[in-house]
Amino acid sequence: MTTALIRARGLTKRFGGFTAVDGVDFELNRGEAFGFLGPNGAGKSSTMRMIGCVSPPTAGELTIFGLDPVADGPAIRARLGVVPQEDSLDVELTVRENLLVYGRYFGLPRPVIRERSDRLLEFVQLADRQDDRVEPLSGGLKRRLTIARSLINEPEILLLDEPTTGLDPQARHVVWDRLFRLKQQGVTLVLTTHYMDEAEQLCDRLVVMDAGRIAAEGSPRDLIERYSTPEVLELRFDPAVHENAAEKLAAVPAQRREVLADRVLLYVADGDAALAAVRGLGLDPLTSLVRRSTLEDVFLRLTGRRLED
Amino acid sequence: MSSGPVSEVRGLPLRVLPGRGPLRRAVRSVGGRGSLFLVERHALVYRHTWLVFVSGVVEPLFYLLSIGVGLGKLVGSVHGPAGTPVSYAAFVAPALLASASMNGALFDSTFNVFFRLKYEKLYDAALATPMRAGDVALGEISWALLRGALYAVAFMVVMAAMGLVYSPWALAALPAAVLTGFAFAAAGMACTTYMRTWQDFEFVTLATLPMFLFSTTFYPLSVYPRPLQFVVECTPLYQSVVMLRDLTLGTVHLDLLWHAAYLAVMGLIGLLVAGRRIGKLLLR
Amino acid sequence: MAAPAQPRGPAAGLAWPARPDPVPAWNFAVRQLRFWLTDYRRTWRGSIISTVLNPLLYLGAMGLGLGTLVDQHGTASLGRVSYLIFLAPGLLAASAMGTGVGESTYPVFGSVKWNKTYQAAVSSPLRPADLFHGHLLFVALKLTMTSAVFLAVAAMFGAITSPLAIAALPVAVLTGLAFTAPIEAWTVTRTKDTSLAVVYRFGMIPLFLFSGTFFPVTQLPVWIRPIAYLTPLWHGVALCRDLCLGIATLPSALLHVGYLLVVLGAGIIAGDRSYTRRLYV
Repeated sequence: MTTALIRARGLTKRFGGFTAVDGVDFELNRGEAFGFLGPNGAGKSSTMRMIGCVSPPTAGELTIFGLDPVADGPAIRARLGVVPQEDSLDVELTVRENLLVYGRYFGLPRPVIRERSDRLLEFVQLADRQDDRVEPLSGGLKRRLTIARSLINEPEILLLDEPTTGLDPQARHVVWDRLFRLKQQGVTLVLTTHYMDEAEQLCDRLVVMDAGRIAAEGSPRDLIERYSTPEVLELRFDPAVHENAAEKLAAVPAQRREVLADRVLLYVADGDAALAAVRGLGLDPLTSLVRRSTLEDVFLRLTGRRLED
Repeated sequence: MSSGPVSEVRGLPLRVLPGRGPLRRAVRSVGGRGSLFLVERHALVYRHTWLVFVSGVVEPLFYLLSIGVGLGKLVGSVHGPAGTPVSYAAFVAPALLASASMNGALFDSTFNVFFRLKYEKLYDAALATPMRAGDVALGEISWALLRGALYAVAFMVVMAAMGLVYSPWALAALPAAVLTGFAFAAAGMACTTYMRTWQDFEFVTLATLPMFLFSTTFYPLSVYPRPLQFVVECTPLYQSVVMLRDLTLGTVHLDLLWHAAYLAVMGLIGLLVAGRRIGKLLLR
Repeated sequence: MAAPAQPRGPAAGLAWPARPDPVPAWNFAVRQLRFWLTDYRRTWRGSIISTVLNPLLYLGAMGLGLGTLVDQHGTASLGRVSYLIFLAPGLLAASAMGTGVGESTYPVFGSVKWNKTYQAAVSSPLRPADLFHGHLLFVALKLTMTSAVFLAVAAMFGAITSPLAIAALPVAVLTGLAFTAPIEAWTVTRTKDTSLAVVYRFGMIPLFLFSGTFFPVTQLPVWIRPIAYLTPLWHGVALCRDLCLGIATLPSALLHVGYLLVVLGAGIIAGDRSYTRRLYV
């Protein structure tokens, strides 16, 4: 018997001949904020849909609250909150009516929904728009309403599929702020994202997914330590000498050297020392930048710079 | 039936369906209490556009006035089911109610369901909650029936006011009209789950317009040669037209139960298929 | 590029042309027509059902089936022709209206609101009015085609008796366009599709049922007849019927055609404006 809230062993999802999720293992404990990080098509959303009990696994084992998502879907869903990738708000209804109808889907009595709606609309700062129709609302407002809606049943786990994709910076920060508060209140968060800042801000623990598999797992700090160096030196040369300089840089001791079209990146323990070594070779970069490694460096290292879609 | 084996609201009793296997699956795919919440949602939406909702009453009445009264003057009287002549308006009115029940139910369960399924993503949102695919199917069909019943009442009132109702049995025409709606709503929703584009809806017209025109709506079965009569007798709308016409004209006989059974079976099959297919489409 | 491009601009010693080569306005409309034709190539199979098969089914059920009852009862009020012959021209005009209304509602609304193909088109050299005219051209073509098929099949049913019926073809096209232009002018301004349902429920269906298609307007109560005479459908039905029966007179034909042209013209003027207002915002 496991105490994990969500437990997956060899979890697999195939659509015809295409394998979207290819035997992943993970466990999730109460109160955690857990993130699936990965490029488009990595299998994040498929995993989320399986956890949301709207997509039966093809193979492997999955339990949520110790229950089987295929046999006990409705019972599990009663305790989940879901923020889907694309808002599925009811555009024919008002803001408040959306909460009412959704709450009724959970079988909640009207007075309970009314009381919760007041609090939730306050929480996502939509109280003054509660009688507006949903259709003309901006993307940020719709997202906040979707989050409010997902909380109407006071879920134990909140599933967020790319919660801030397509939002402007202000709207993203509002959403992050609300999610952080939920986390403080003890709600277990499961989210997918391809934004590194979002993952770093919100997640205690991450798995990086690529091509349906888990490429790495750990806290953001862990991952950076394991898959990158403490610092990165970014050099930019005159385009005329760029290639030549890049070759010469092989002489500078670095854990890894990455040559891009416009820059050369050196992954090193000490950026300033590396920069001195570069100058020691007689190279004169147009600009140079020493920075700490970020999750983005890890991400690109693990999932590559190629584009697939 | 509760909407799930474990009720989410504390204080409500748990309900566990007995056994597994095909029977349990069949019962589960029909849907239960959750369907009421979808009906509630639709009622809420129509609070905003009640005029559109109410205006649906007038369409069958336009047909009644045009065909029954205007065209009726050109036709005079026809032989009713009992063999005695009846006015053309009294002959055609119950058939127009039958086809209005069919068309109304189909509009709700095809166009509207397709839109909610493919564009509005209404059911995706519902299925993230304890609602089941069967609840969605039953909810949509119940809504179509509710609306159809309302329109049928209005139509019957006008019929009675125009003196086109010949017998107290006409009261039974109301449930018969609702049964018609059930059969077509369920079958229509089942078909909708197989549709891919709006162009496919032309096939709904292809099936319903010939039924509307040829299922003895406008003239007695005797107009056709015998082999054609047999084809007409097999169509679902014909069952409904016979039932409604015989009830409003007061020619009641036990055979009417066969027609009712035909429509009930058609509706139940549609309901089962619709629930299964919604699940297949959305729970992938 | 491998080969050097043609020298252009002042560098080649040539002045820039003051204005680009003038493109005749009709050319733009034809470009939009081509768009609709491409779309139609993909969807015509389904659309044949509603535009051609439906009116023929009505002709069979009402003209042949119900016609036996009407003819038994006496056809004095129809001008002593069989019900089939009375009904066919009425259905010709009414189905032209149906096609005209159908084309002017959901396809236009969808182009603005759902697919946004209109917004895409106005970022090319096409102007809003060109889109409108291009669509009208397409509807005119479609009406010509479907009306011709209907006339041919009706003639095979024995429902057409006069060679003058050929002239009913352009009248049917004009009737359809007299609905398309004004309704389209209105549709393009709509923001919700529920208002389109009202056009069918309170516009097209009452016209279909009461404008002389199925029975002469003289069967209606006296007070309501003037309303029927004001509808474009009645003018279309009346002229198509006179032509198909071979009893049309020049003055009445001119009156009906003139009325339909005025409605069409007003619709075009209104559409030019509303397309521009909606698409240049």
